[in-house]
Amino acid sequence: MLGFFLGRLAQAALVMLVMSVLVFLGVYAIGNPIDVLIDPAASPGQRLALIQQYGLDLPLWQQYLRFLGSVLQGDFGNSFVFRIPVLSLILSRLPATLELATTAMLIATLLGVPLGIWAGYRPQARSSKAIMAVSVIGFSVPTFWVGLLLILFFAVEFRWLPSGGRGPTGALGLSIWSAEGWTFLLLPALNLSLFKFGLLIRLVRAGTEEVMGSEHVRFARAQGLPERQVVGLHVLKNIGIPIITVFGLEFGSTLAFAVVTETVFNWPGMGKLIIESITALDRPVMVAYLILVVLLFVLINLLVELTYGFLDPRVRVKGAP
Amino acid sequence: MSGASPVRSLPALEVRGLRTQFASRGGIVHAVDGVSFAIGRGEILGLVGESGSGKSVTGFSILGLVEPPGRVVEGEILLDGRPIGHLAAGAMRRLRGAQVAMVFQDPLMTLNPVLRIGTQMAAAVRAHDRVSRAAAWDRAGQALATVGIPSPRERLDAYPHQLSGGMRQRVAIATALLHSPKAIIADEPTTALDVSIQGQILAEVRRLADSTGTAFLWITHDLAVVSSLADAICVMYAGRVVERGPADAVIAAPRHPYTVALVGSVPSGHAPGERLPQLAGGLPPPGGDPGCLFRTRCPRATTVCATPPPQGDFGAGHTALCHHPVEHAA
Ligand SMILES: Nc1ncnc2c1ncn2[C@@H]1O[C@H](COP(=O)(O)OP(=O)(O)OP(=O)(O)O)[C@@H](O)[C@H]1O
Ligand code: SF4
Ligand SMILES: [Mg+2]
Repeated sequence: MLGFFLGRLAQAALVMLVMSVLVFLGVYAIGNPIDVLIDPAASPGQRLALIQQYGLDLPLWQQYLRFLGSVLQGDFGNSFVFRIPVLSLILSRLPATLELATTAMLIATLLGVPLGIWAGYRPQARSSKAIMAVSVIGFSVPTFWVGLLLILFFAVEFRWLPSGGRGPTGALGLSIWSAEGWTFLLLPALNLSLFKFGLLIRLVRAGTEEVMGSEHVRFARAQGLPERQVVGLHVLKNIGIPIITVFGLEFGSTLAFAVVTETVFNWPGMGKLIIESITALDRPVMVAYLILVVLLFVLINLLVELTYGFLDPRVRVKGAP
Repeated sequence: MSGASPVRSLPALEVRGLRTQFASRGGIVHAVDGVSFAIGRGEILGLVGESGSGKSVTGFSILGLVEPPGRVVEGEILLDGRPIGHLAAGAMRRLRGAQVAMVFQDPLMTLNPVLRIGTQMAAAVRAHDRVSRAAAWDRAGQALATVGIPSPRERLDAYPHQLSGGMRQRVAIATALLHSPKAIIADEPTTALDVSIQGQILAEVRRLADSTGTAFLWITHDLAVVSSLADAICVMYAGRVVERGPADAVIAAPRHPYTVALVGSVPSGHAPGERLPQLAGGLPPPGGDPGCLFRTRCPRATTVCATPPPQGDFGAGHTALCHHPVEHAA
């Protein structure tokens, strides 16, 4: 198990290294950041000093090493716009995105898994067909459009919920502690959950159908297991793996790319920050964001793989040296 | 042979005129086409026949586990004289595993790979008895010991892939034994076992049948197994029972040309567990043909064989469905 873990860790480090090169080339080396940084009216002397200060006169590989060195120390530089360290800027937006993404995943799971199981358990039932139709809508209708509809209905038409923004925050920078916080959270979370909800239904249904048709379910029935047990024991355990996989990856992308929802609902999270920094050409923020997103995905992947070991004993054996 | 079978009482398991069909693109497949048999308490009935003759479907039909597009269209199934063919789903569920159990054909597929052996067996215990988890594991461990699995407690913690095929098959048998059912349908339960273990299991089954009175329907390809184990034999061909009788009589003096071919195709020194060699020609699709379905492959076939064959009686319950049964010198 330890060897397995260390191997995966080395893999993860390699991925991070490759990504740092790509991000560096993509954001730092292409175009000239000086043009953004400097007043066009500055004298050539000032210009040169600044170029040297940022090391832009060095060969590319040396620039990369400097960049890598500071990143490894957790130093992503200061935001051009906010004039504060990029890392703390991004981390200050993390709780908002985290609670939005988590709530969305929870909604998607609590609704999607039972509905998916039902649709897979009784694939011919009319209710199952209705569920599948809903799931198609869930992941084919564009997020921003659903978001606008939600705002139109719940905020503008009925005035039940606020149309955007975030409620008061409490401990850990989260807004889930007050009822008012939830009124702000509900619509964007619902909007963000829709795609995952649809995806989860499909995934769970496919898994359930497969398990229900398997010999071991038939054997379980031959032993007189009640249907509730057949589903609770055999189906849930067997569909766990695909769900955890997609779930993990989806959680990563939800965190990283809640951009649309955060923009539509004016939710002050990381997604909104990255959009703002792109418009403002705030390079340090963009770089740090990309690197952190890659790190996030790598970590989630690692976690998902480790979870497999707990869910599927066969993986555990293969992973062991 | 268990000569001590009690005076003719109600059979533990009886099947009358069972018909199970599968709706397929090419039409209706008559997988089981009017099968009848009775197994007394403590008796072992061997059901033999080549691949696709409808043995497994017969077993599934008894347990009410035929899945669409299959359907039991006709027939009566009696357990201790009580009809169970038309029970509601819940009542049938309470019967399965408790009163009539089944061991499946494929030991690799029947156990769930992601659940511990103990978890699966304990669930089977608790499906019928309100006992604690710990008590259920205890009973599972005892059942494993019954079928000769060494250090059963540790096996309970294992996952199926950590056990050999033979071991898994024994787990399946032990699971069927958990509630001491009136009847057990064993679908080729020893094919994955090596000869010595197979002998051990067969002896164990014989002992169980004699001591607990459990009736066994022993489905197999292996005539060598049934000849030593079973009290009686039913030979199935294309969904129908073509010959039946006491095991030694059927093996020693087969009357139906198909049985003759089966017995003849068992070479002396035939390794147990080996599948029966395919006879010349293939199995015809069982269909709504009233004549003898074996006639396309039968060396004795005549034109009359296209009409329903009569039931020939050769004494002591030995019968065969054939126009020209094989003669044996007395
Ligand atoms: N799900 C199904 N759909 C359609 N036909 C089926 C299905 N299951 C079984 N059959 C038909 O029923 C017939 C009998 O199958 P069965 O599995 O009972 O044979 P068997 O005697 O157990 O063979 P084997 O020795 O290979 O296990 C087959 O010929 C097949 O055509
Ligand atoms: S009825 Fe005719 S075809 Fe059928 S087994 Fe007898 S002899 Fe052969
Ligand atoms: Mg079979």
